[in-house]
Formats: sequence, C-alpha cells, structure tokens
Amino acid sequence: MLEIKNLHVNYGGISAVKGINMSVPEKSIVTLIGANGAGKSTTLRTIAGLVKPSSGEIIFQGENITGKDTIDIVAKGITLVPEGRRVFANLTVLENLKIGAYLRKESIEDSIKNVFDLFPRLKERSWQLAGTLSGGEQQMLAVGRALMAKPKLIMMDEPSLGLAPLIVNGIFDIIKEINKLGTTILLIEQNANKALKVADYGYVLETGKITMEGTGLELLKNEKVKDAYLGSSKK
Amino acid sequence: MTFEIFMQQLANGISIGSLYALIAIGYTMVYGILRLINFAHGDIFMMASYFMVFSMVNFGLPWYVSMVIVIIATILLGVLVEKTAYKPLRNAPRMSIMISAIGVSFLLENLATYLFTGVPKGFPDIAILTQAISFGNISFSVATLVTPIITLILLYVVQFITNKTKIGMAMRASSIDFETARLMGININRVISTTFVIGSGLAAVGAILWGSKYPSVMPLMGVMPGLKCFIAAVLGGIGNTTGAVLGGFILGMAEIMLVTFLPSLTGYRDAIAFIILIVVLLVKPTGLLGEKVTDKV
Ligand SMILES: Nc1ncnc2c1ncn2[C@@H]1O[C@H](COP(=O)(O)OP(=O)(O)O)[C@@H](O)[C@H]1O
Ligand SMILES: [Mg+2]
Repeated sequence: MLEIKNLHVNYGGISAVKGINMSVPEKSIVTLIGANGAGKSTTLRTIAGLVKPSSGEIIFQGENITGKDTIDIVAKGITLVPEGRRVFANLTVLENLKIGAYLRKESIEDSIKNVFDLFPRLKERSWQLAGTLSGGEQQMLAVGRALMAKPKLIMMDEPSLGLAPLIVNGIFDIIKEINKLGTTILLIEQNANKALKVADYGYVLETGKITMEGTGLELLKNEKVKDAYLGSSKK
Repeated sequence: MTFEIFMQQLANGISIGSLYALIAIGYTMVYGILRLINFAHGDIFMMASYFMVFSMVNFGLPWYVSMVIVIIATILLGVLVEKTAYKPLRNAPRMSIMISAIGVSFLLENLATYLFTGVPKGFPDIAILTQAISFGNISFSVATLVTPIITLILLYVVQFITNKTKIGMAMRASSIDFETARLMGININRVISTTFVIGSGLAAVGAILWGSKYPSVMPLMGVMPGLKCFIAAVLGGIGNTTGAVLGGFILGMAEIMLVTFLPSLTGYRDAIAFIILIVVLLVKPTGLLGEKVTDKV
C-alpha cells in the first residue's frame, strides 16, 4: 500500500533520513522503532507532506505522492497522529473530532458514533475543551480525530509517550482494534517491546538508516534488538 | 453641566467607541492567527475613506452603491497586502513580517500622499447618516445612533462565523497550531485570507461611519485611529474579538468623558490611549478578556 524508496531528508545541511526503504502492506501494522533522534518523526512527517524530501520516492496505492501538499495527501487517505498529540486545546472534544473530518463532504455522524464507541470517555467529555483532558484522554482524542478522516493508512508518532503503563496498554489494544476494522497502521515507538508485539513487520532505524528489519516476532527475538531496544530482557 | 450635555456626550462616547471597536477587531483577528500586529491596518482604513471619496465625489455614484464598492475594494486591498507582503514570509522569523507590515504602512501612506496630495479632501455627505434626530433638547446625528448598533450586529456576525461555521472552526484551530491544522486538511492560506477579508471589511464599514462624523480625509488619518484601535485590542485582550469591542468602547468612553468632565485637559485626549496601554502592560498584559498568550507551535 505504501512504498518508500531510497528516501533522503535534510534539515538545512543536516541529513536526518539517509536513504531508507520501507514497505507497508495493506491491512497490516508496521512499526518503525529507534532511539530518540533516529529520524522516525522526520520519516512520518515527510510522508504526510509536512517536510519535503531531498530525494527518494513515496508511493501510495501505486501513485507517487512525493513532495505533494499535505492537503492532497490527507485527501488520498493518509493521516498522521502527531508526536505529542497536538489536540486543539481551544476546541471542544466534539469540535476536535469534527475538524478531523474537515475534508469530508458527507455526513460524519456515523464516524463520530464509531469514535465514541471506541473511546466512551470522549463521549462523556464531548463538550469539554480538549485542553482540559488528561494526557491519556488527549491521546485518545488525537487518535479519534485521525480516524474521523476515514483514513486508509493511519500513522502514529509515539502514541504511548508520557502515558501511564495502564493507559499505554489501552492504547495498544485500540491500535489492534483499529487495524482489525480494516485500517493499515504505520506505528512509531520507542516502546519497542509493545510495538513489536502488535506489529506484523518492523524496521529498526538508527541515525537515519534502517539497520534491521523483520516480522515483529523475529525482531523481538533478535539479540541486537534485545540489547539495544528491549533493555531489561537480558537480566 | 446639564443632563442634556451629559447624554449627548455619552452617546458620542459610545459611538466613537464602536468605531474603535470595528477597527480593533481587524487587529485582534490578524494577531490571533498570525501573531502579527498588522501595522498597515490603520492605513487600509485610510484607503477605504479615499475609496468613498472617489466613488461618491469623483464618480458620482449613490451612497448605497458606493458603500458596497468601498467594502469590496477595501477587502481586495487587505487581501492583496496579505498575499504580497505577509504570505511570502510565512516561515520567516516573526520580526521580519512585523517589519514588512511597517513597510506596507509607510508605502500606503506615501502612495496616498503622492496620488491624492496631502491636502485634506472632504468626505462626501451621506444625508441619511448625517441628518440629526432630536429627543427633546438632545440631538444626535443618525450616524452616532446607528454606529453602535451596526458594531454589535457585526460583532455578532464575526462571533457566529468563528464559533459556528466550519471555516471559523478552522480559524480557531489554525490560531493555535498551523501544522496540525494542515494535517486535518485545512488550507491555511484560505483561513488567513478569510481573516483579512473580515478585518478589512470591518475597517471599510468603520471608515464610512467615521467619515460621517469627522469628514476630512488625509493620507495620515489612519495613523492615530490605527494606534488607538491596536491599544483597544490590547486592552480587551489581543486575539479576543469580544475583548476588542469592549476595549474600543472603553477607550472611546474614556476619551469623551475626559473631554466632558475635564475640558481643560482636552488637548490630552489622544494621550489617554497610551496611558491605558502602559497601565494594561504593567497590570494585566493579557488584557481584560485575554487568555494566557501562548507562543505558537
Ligand atoms: N525541524 C528540525 N530542524 C532541524 N533539525 C531537526 C528538525 N526536526 C528534527 N531534526 C533533527 O533530525 C534528526 C531526527 O529527528 P526526529 O525525526 O525528530 O527523530 P525521532 O523522531 O526518531 O526522535 C534529529 O537529529 C533532530 O535533531
Ligand atoms: Mg520523534
């Protein structure tokens, strides 16, 4: 569904992504793990059109979307749940959901209902300003907002960051659930253990290069991955 | 002082206050979305006054046709300024776009002086606005009475657009986070243009009403009202449209009350705005209705 070929991204003179190749098959969960500063967010932001690549290709459903405007990319069915949630604090929960469906012309009542079914907490708080939600609730809202666009591919940038362990488990359950309902997922995580457990396939990114790849299980068992990213497993 | 004079001045204060309010909304909305003090806003107001002169005096069009033309022309000018002077600097440091705004301000002032000379032109008489109505011993011009009404109606319209429409929701979202707004599929440039359309349109209405009260049109006529309305916006809490209107009313009232109760200080009328600015900045920099000023991500 999504193919990334030899992608390079620079910020000024600094190169953040140095020729990566990735593939996200339809209906799968693919994860990209790596340390802080490895270039994970840059990769997702480039796919979303927020950053222009210096070279390489991004192919979505057979179409070259490299360097296209974010609006066009969203319209084609790719959404990004940004790092740090970035809900619109000055909008209500319901408005945040509505704005997720900004490009949709048809009625969005069904989608709102679906999001509320997935996150009952949001329904209780639909009139509250998003800025008053807890971190976990804001993450639910950020995911719900992305779902409102009815995306074919949803990209999530560290959805578990800064959340309590119990809530993190909930988030991963939701990721599986969304995937079961038919949406392809590209997930970025520093929480490699949990990410690899839900993922069909994973890539390891180190300073802008992919150094390892394999199915979630393969990577979980891989000694190098265990050393570098699953720290505690050796004890 | 008689009751009549007091009532007369009260009406004056409310009316001048609503004129400030109309212009202040433009400052506050542009600031809300771009974090830019649009220094050219007062000069857009000045240009609107000239448009009215040309439309009615030079082309002899009736006032109601002229009003429509002036509002449209002013909106086009406001959007043109945004597209040429601000949009290319979207990713530049904020100081650059501020300086660009000051540049546009000087450009419009000097262009007006060059094209129309510095000699004041008379603002055309719109009989329906300048005629007087009397209540007993008190008499007001129609403009004095309708200005606050028009302002409140327009404030309601602006509130409706920002709070109840899709583009308004996009404006509110963009005002705190451009990038995430883009991820929703929002066209930021269209949102910003809409802001300039509203601000310039209100400045045009303000200019027409202003001219009916102070019928003298000059290239630098926008400078002082521009500064005062910016201060009104700061007083109300910059970024907040209701605050801008409130700030405008308070400023207008304060000026007129000074003139009424302390006539010997009339010469200091223009200083009040600046005193208010200093006090606000010292006591409550966020203004009366302003929230915490967040730096935009
Ligand atoms: N806007 C930016 N300007 C300059 N450098 C950046 C910018 N964003 C990220 N970088 C740099 O690019 C590299 C990759 O960052 P990022 O993609 O955010 O990594 P990750 O998400 O894996 O933590 C880092 O070295 C970071 O400092
Ligand atoms: Mg990151």
